[in-house]
Amino acid sequence: MKQNFRLDNIGLINRDKKLSFKFNGKSYSGYEGDTLASALLANGVHLIGRSFKYHRPRGFFGAGVDEPYAIVQLYRNNETEPNVKSTEQELFEGLEATSVNCWPSVNFDIGAINNFLKVFLPAGFYYKTFMWPKSFWYKFYEPIIRKAAGLGVASIKHDKERYEHKYEYCDLLIAGSGPSGLASAYAAAKNGARIILAEDKPRFGGTLLTSEVNIGNQTGKEWVKNIIAELKKMPNVTVKNRSQVFGYYDHNMLVMLEKISDHLPKTRKYHPKQRLWYIRAKEVLISSGSIERPLVFGNNDTPGVMLSSAAKEYLKVYGVLVGKKPLIFTNNDSGYEAAIEFKKNGVEPVILDTRKEPNSEIIEEAKNLGIQIKFSYVVVAAKGYKKVNAAEIAKISDNKNELGVLENIICDCICVSGFWTPTIHLASQSGNKTKFDKDIDAFVPGISKQNETTLGAANGTFTLAETLKDSFNAGYELSKKITKNDNKISYPKVVEKNKTTHDKFWCVPLPKGKTYKRFLDFQNDVAVSDIEIALKEGYRSIEHVKRYTTLGMATDQGKTSNLNGLQLVSNIENKIVPEVGHTTFRPPYTPVTIGAIVGREVGKYSRPTRKSPIHSWHEKNNAVFVDAGVWLRPRYYKIGEETLFEGSKREAKNVRANVGVCDVTTLGKIDIKGPDAAELLNRVYTNAWLKLPVGKARYGVMLREDGIVMDDGTTTRISENHYHMTTTTAQAANVLSHLEYYLQLVWPELNVNVVSSTEQWAGAAIAGPKSRDLLQKLFPNIDSSNDGLPFMGYLEGELFGVQARIFRISFSGELAYEVNVNSDNGNFMWEKIMEIGKEFEIQPYGTEALSTLRIEMGHVAGSELDGRTISYDNGLEGLISKKKDFIGKRSLNRKAFIAEDRQKVVGVVPLDKKTSIPEGSHLVKDAYAQLPNPKLGYISASCWSVEHDNPFSLAILKDGKNMIGQKLFVMSPLKNITIPVEIVSSHYVDPKGERVRS
Amino acid sequence: MLHIKCPHCGMRSQNEFSYGGDASVKRPELNKEISDQDWDNFVYNRKSLRGKHIEFWQHLSGCRQWIKVERDTATHEIFKTLKANEDF
Repeated sequence: MKQNFRLDNIGLINRDKKLSFKFNGKSYSGYEGDTLASALLANGVHLIGRSFKYHRPRGFFGAGVDEPYAIVQLYRNNETEPNVKSTEQELFEGLEATSVNCWPSVNFDIGAINNFLKVFLPAGFYYKTFMWPKSFWYKFYEPIIRKAAGLGVASIKHDKERYEHKYEYCDLLIAGSGPSGLASAYAAAKNGARIILAEDKPRFGGTLLTSEVNIGNQTGKEWVKNIIAELKKMPNVTVKNRSQVFGYYDHNMLVMLEKISDHLPKTRKYHPKQRLWYIRAKEVLISSGSIERPLVFGNNDTPGVMLSSAAKEYLKVYGVLVGKKPLIFTNNDSGYEAAIEFKKNGVEPVILDTRKEPNSEIIEEAKNLGIQIKFSYVVVAAKGYKKVNAAEIAKISDNKNELGVLENIICDCICVSGFWTPTIHLASQSGNKTKFDKDIDAFVPGISKQNETTLGAANGTFTLAETLKDSFNAGYELSKKITKNDNKISYPKVVEKNKTTHDKFWCVPLPKGKTYKRFLDFQNDVAVSDIEIALKEGYRSIEHVKRYTTLGMATDQGKTSNLNGLQLVSNIENKIVPEVGHTTFRPPYTPVTIGAIVGREVGKYSRPTRKSPIHSWHEKNNAVFVDAGVWLRPRYYKIGEETLFEGSKREAKNVRANVGVCDVTTLGKIDIKGPDAAELLNRVYTNAWLKLPVGKARYGVMLREDGIVMDDGTTTRISENHYHMTTTTAQAANVLSHLEYYLQLVWPELNVNVVSSTEQWAGAAIAGPKSRDLLQKLFPNIDSSNDGLPFMGYLEGELFGVQARIFRISFSGELAYEVNVNSDNGNFMWEKIMEIGKEFEIQPYGTEALSTLRIEMGHVAGSELDGRTISYDNGLEGLISKKKDFIGKRSLNRKAFIAEDRQKVVGVVPLDKKTSIPEGSHLVKDAYAQLPNPKLGYISASCWSVEHDNPFSLAILKDGKNMIGQKLFVMSPLKNITIPVEIVSSHYVDPKGERVRS
Repeated sequence: MLHIKCPHCGMRSQNEFSYGGDASVKRPELNKEISDQDWDNFVYNRKSLRGKHIEFWQHLSGCRQWIKVERDTATHEIFKTLKANEDF
């Protein structure tokens, strides 16, 4: 299809490379360097979507990030992305896009009936109408509104693209590569500063690409090209296009989104789709420019009404005419620039200027070119439904209150210019107290809070000469502060046409008897009348008006609408704008994909995976793994088609009958050295530690200052001043920090050092009645008899030439040993144990069997020591020393902690000895009591007792010590289960603890 | 994200640190009589200040040292950082 609105001899696109694409199923062509918007406009397509509320036809309003309407559903490489701004999406071969928010099609949209019902859809309509009857909201109103309102559709597929994060430091970050960005970057770079220059568009240069100016002896465009080329060659400079600095956070940290592959049909191999940069800058230069403000008149949302700066950009960058009979409607000189460009390219524009008798070089030029200009004229309303085909215009009185006779003028587009709004988002996010500048009717940055400087149009400076002067100076001064260099470059002479002041008038009054909608927010369909209603109904704060009317709350975040909304509120309220104030600018400046924020930390990469040195053996032997904190641990070793239940039962039974081996490498280990090590242990553990002899281990419990149990484990005295502490897998890191806290801050006089040695040791627990026989064979040179290595004893030995530590400690309640060797020899140790253990019928066991063994023994673990229980609750009160003080002791005499009916750990057995009890179930006295049924306790851990061959659970039960023998009910409302149970001792197997000492 | 100057390692990002609470609180000495009220004040009662606050941070992913930081709770401005054994 021919591109009827494309000119041959103007623009920065690559005409040698033609690209084909589809919009709403229809094929079109464009060129490399086009955006989807420019390519559609080249093909004369102006209807792109429907508005949010009234489903009115929507076209293009801007040419970049400010675009409020022209969002599409994008299809790329079998993926889809909603709400992509067509003005930002670069064209690629095979691009496909569809309209959003229209059904069944953009040309015929049933929702447009809302447009005719609009008198019934004023501000706050949803709040007022659909609130009654209440139940209707969920069943009836909401599903229908959801279908009718709403924008694009998110993909439900897993996103296969790769997103990266990058951390960077620099002296100066410069956001925006327009005249101020380039000038300050150049001056700073020449002065030796490390800089990052970021541009959100594919092309550098900002307004210099579209304005008719000379810098030195070059045109603006040439100057951009040369400066960028020079900057790219400098080693201290990073230049990034397609990169939007979207957030300014604490301590001068900024976040930038770099779109690496969005402009390509497919992400290249080994390349990410997008990269998120976290940049810590010493100084930030904000050169984000400004956005043209709309003028407000009847039906100003009709496709074909657009910003004059956008029309100029489509023409000068893309060689696209947005219309062949343009009407320019302006209150300042900027509109003339667009008109002159039209005229130069053979199109006859008509200018309507709200001002009476303005005079400037640029107006003079327009007159000399013979452009028709009507002063003191306004557009009253755009005509046409899916596209502008005429305009109703009128003369306006000097006081701007009265309209003259309405005239009709034929046109195919209306380019509006209501002066400029500085883009102060980043400055405001940094904490800058913005101020209102009466000369430009807009907010500009005020006093900086962080190290940030705003330059050029973003700072309300609209002449090139002044901008360049300020920017060269700022780049030089800031870089000098950091680098201490003094290499100043002189700034070039600038030729530009002077401009005169703008008209403060921007909202055309309605002619008598007409009810045209005059829109402020184009995406959310907020009209002048909606703001008036909100104020009439008593909303005063601009934050409330915003939320009630949804002004500025769409995906464009009101880049074109906010200031006009403020102006309107201040006009009606008879306040000046600074009194009304502006709503908060929050990051991100533009929508950012979730993928970019998450980065590579997806799925199994969301945290590190730690594996023991024996991991590959487990894998080879059919281990089914389970996450234990960040560790992967074998849950059970599957034989044939065994289930978890069957496999873990087999493993646990074998421990009780023969011998089993379990990988306990993941246990936290802390090496403690120093003359005061015993004193430290004595202060952090509840029991006494000063008299523990060398070569002995002891079980200890540590508390938090509030008396709650923090962790438990055994600590062994390796030598006089050397201890080996073990912690639970989950609490290892917290316990180390806890010890460091007390050693560094509370008791710095203690001469002790602590360090984590978790990774240094591989551990194997050998448990079962035959474990001593196995140990003797593994270590023929040690005395493994009950006297030689008694319970809680410690020896060092040699395992086939490998140094090993042997602890006689037990978690399973059986006769058991724990062997540690350095990690590199972990696998060797394991294989030796398996090889020699064969004759004792050894089997490896996983965490499920481990749990079973400890539960039926009544050993408390993480599910009982859950941060809510004290020593008494866990049956550990015997370990509380009465003679000494320790962390948390003073809290233990709190009323609740010494209550007579205090909760305590008990055993629970179902009366039928068959029904397994779900963990987390409640214990109640009467299963049929009226609700709320008082809860007496909860099931903390459940297993199938291999010793008794029936289900057994541990529970934390109120007044547990007096409840043994009672019959209660276990209830799980979630699973709808009620089980009659008996309360028994938590020590269900070997209550006297004879096996571990045998 | 804050930028915290560790007195041992220099400027580092907040994600290397963990917060450790009000540094003006002093743990009562061991083996010393203390009233319930004083103990409760030590364990539980903290002021939620707006403004300058002296607090502990641990340089967890760095030197593992506990340090003192003087920070404005409203603006996040950090005025000074000190080693554990130094006083403001």
